[in-house]
Amino acid sequence: MNRIKGNRAERKIDRRTFIKGAALGLAAAALPLNKSDASFWEAFFQKHFREMNDEEIKKVLQRLEKEAEQKYKKAVKIGNEKAMPGVLFGYGLDLSRCIGCRRCVYACVEENNQSKDPQIHWITVLRFKKGEKWVDLEESEKYYNPSLVPEKDYFYMPVQCQQCENPPCVRSCPTQATWKEPDGIVVIDYNWCIGCRYCMAACPYGARRFNWSAPNRKPEEINPKTHYLGNRPRYKGVVEKCTFCIQRTRNGRYPACVEACPVGARKFGNLLDPNSEIRYAIENKRVFRLKEDLNTSPKFYYFFAYGV
Amino acid sequence: MFYLIKNFFIALRQVFIGNKKYYLWVGFLLFLILLGVSAYIDQAGRGLIITGMRDQVSWGFYISNFTFLVGVAAAAVLLVIPAYIYNFKPIKEIVLFGELLAITAISMCLLFVMIDMGQPVRGWHILPVIGAMNFPASLLAWDVVVLNGYLAINLFISFYVLYRLSIGKEYKMSVVGPLIILSIPWAVSIHTVTAFLYNGLSARPFWNASILAPRFLASAFCSGPAIMIILFQIIRKKSEVEIEDRAIFKIAELIAYAMGLNLFLLGAEVFKEFYSGSIHTYPIKYLYFGLHGKTALVPWIWTATILNITAFFLFLFPKTRENFTTLNMACIFVIIGVYIEKGLGLVVPGFVPDTLGEIYEYTPTTPEVLITIGVWAFGALIYTLLLKFAVPVYTGKLRFETKT
Repeated sequence: MNRIKGNRAERKIDRRTFIKGAALGLAAAALPLNKSDASFWEAFFQKHFREMNDEEIKKVLQRLEKEAEQKYKKAVKIGNEKAMPGVLFGYGLDLSRCIGCRRCVYACVEENNQSKDPQIHWITVLRFKKGEKWVDLEESEKYYNPSLVPEKDYFYMPVQCQQCENPPCVRSCPTQATWKEPDGIVVIDYNWCIGCRYCMAACPYGARRFNWSAPNRKPEEINPKTHYLGNRPRYKGVVEKCTFCIQRTRNGRYPACVEACPVGARKFGNLLDPNSEIRYAIENKRVFRLKEDLNTSPKFYYFFAYGV
Repeated sequence: MFYLIKNFFIALRQVFIGNKKYYLWVGFLLFLILLGVSAYIDQAGRGLIITGMRDQVSWGFYISNFTFLVGVAAAAVLLVIPAYIYNFKPIKEIVLFGELLAITAISMCLLFVMIDMGQPVRGWHILPVIGAMNFPASLLAWDVVVLNGYLAINLFISFYVLYRLSIGKEYKMSVVGPLIILSIPWAVSIHTVTAFLYNGLSARPFWNASILAPRFLASAFCSGPAIMIILFQIIRKKSEVEIEDRAIFKIAELIAYAMGLNLFLLGAEVFKEFYSGSIHTYPIKYLYFGLHGKTALVPWIWTATILNITAFFLFLFPKTRENFTTLNMACIFVIIGVYIEKGLGLVVPGFVPDTLGEIYEYTPTTPEVLITIGVWAFGALIYTLLLKFAVPVYTGKLRFETKT
């Protein structure tokens, strides 16, 4: 399905250089001139992430780090850690423990540099009334706001990107700007996304967020430890979403939401490791995945550690 | 070379010189375009946040207009079928104006997609070879192929025919014939692919119905020709182009069949949704009756339904079909009816309730409406300029200079 694989031969560069020249002349007439510094054109002609070789990626990362530093007046490290072999990330969420406190939501925002105005959250916590039916999304409440959680008559279900093995968003993207990495994380190249939002229409889990305006965040709130495919600063007009905290998990850490959960409802690990906690939960608890009928095969498992 | 330049100026002169009314009309359109452009500059600066769209309803008025106009672009094909397959003379002679409308509609479609993009400058990423077109996986990539292909076919046919006429020669059927035959399935394909764009998303039960593509075709065969009927009356009134009543009535008759089919398919959908009554009926309930007191689309869709049904009967009976007052009423009813049904009435319920059950009521904002009006004015301007050149060529008044 995806024709772009790794780095291709030099021939490609020649053709590109030619097209660049031709397009430059055309585009120069059409674009605002005050932006016509070198960095603007480098950004404009930046290649698809998976078409670049290591050298080209390094240059891009340097340029992006420089841009971020100019914007936020602090050093921002943009990493490019690759997927580890033999790893397929999976997530477990214990619904019998979740108390609906939304600490995961806010930890996610602190970690992943989302816009604070307008607010962008990658995690949505849904509230359901107990004693009526099981998860009927149409009856869920997203904007619940009690003074104290958990509330007696309700249960809660956080939803974020389910990192599908068969992701409808990837299939729908017209420019291959989003894809599934070898460790199972669905990522977006924020420099390649054209902002058509077809992936948002395709996602059955409401996981994708669009930057309707330029993202706003105070420099002191910027998390400087970032990943190109994850929490680096984003742009106006591109789509973003949960990446299982790719900048953390590829360095052997837990996602921020897992660490933040006060009741230990969130589990994370390697699905290919038979001794991992996530494998234990899947094999020994009553697990289910959201909207199983759509055959998206999420790597996000909901389960019950004990009865309620 | 000399003649080429000279003829270019002949064409340019034809387009730029007109009477007072012409300048007034073009000036009016330019004014609307300017309004649209200024609203768009604001959108380009601040982002799509100036529209009513949000994460819950991530497509709105722009994509609604796009969908409607893909349908209008089919008008040409409805004229082509009887003209060339059945050799129905009165229609054959006016196919050209239908094809020019198709060119206009497709140009507007492409503009609507462009203005909906968050990063329009990166538009080239969707192209094959220089970009990374996700073909054949993404239906949006398919749409880029079929829409541009359709534009190319219609541009070639129209300009070839106009060129031959302008040098005083008959066009060669050996050149146009195969392209016209090709344009028939191609026109069907632009509708089908656009329908599949929605249809293929299992996340959106409202769109994920096999009936969507046939309904697209049926409703397109109503709105496009209805626009043509009105344009033909204007063209024959304002110029010496002769368009027989017979041709217009034939088109009206075809609309009656298409609308009958459209209403039948709608009925089939309504039955399936409401009789089975699964949780997937929420969007259609929202559309027709509102959900939890949220009723933004209800008055619109009932207006559309009533207009479409009324128009169906006006087109069906020869008496009302062949009376220009009732015929034009019916045309306007169909245009508005389908515009609502295939526009906001199709796009928005796909997102309401959203995939996690939230109901976000979408209404286009003023800048969004201004930009949309700007695109429509741009379309009207293109069609006006195309006609300004094509009509005198067609009537033999304008001829290019050649050596002989």
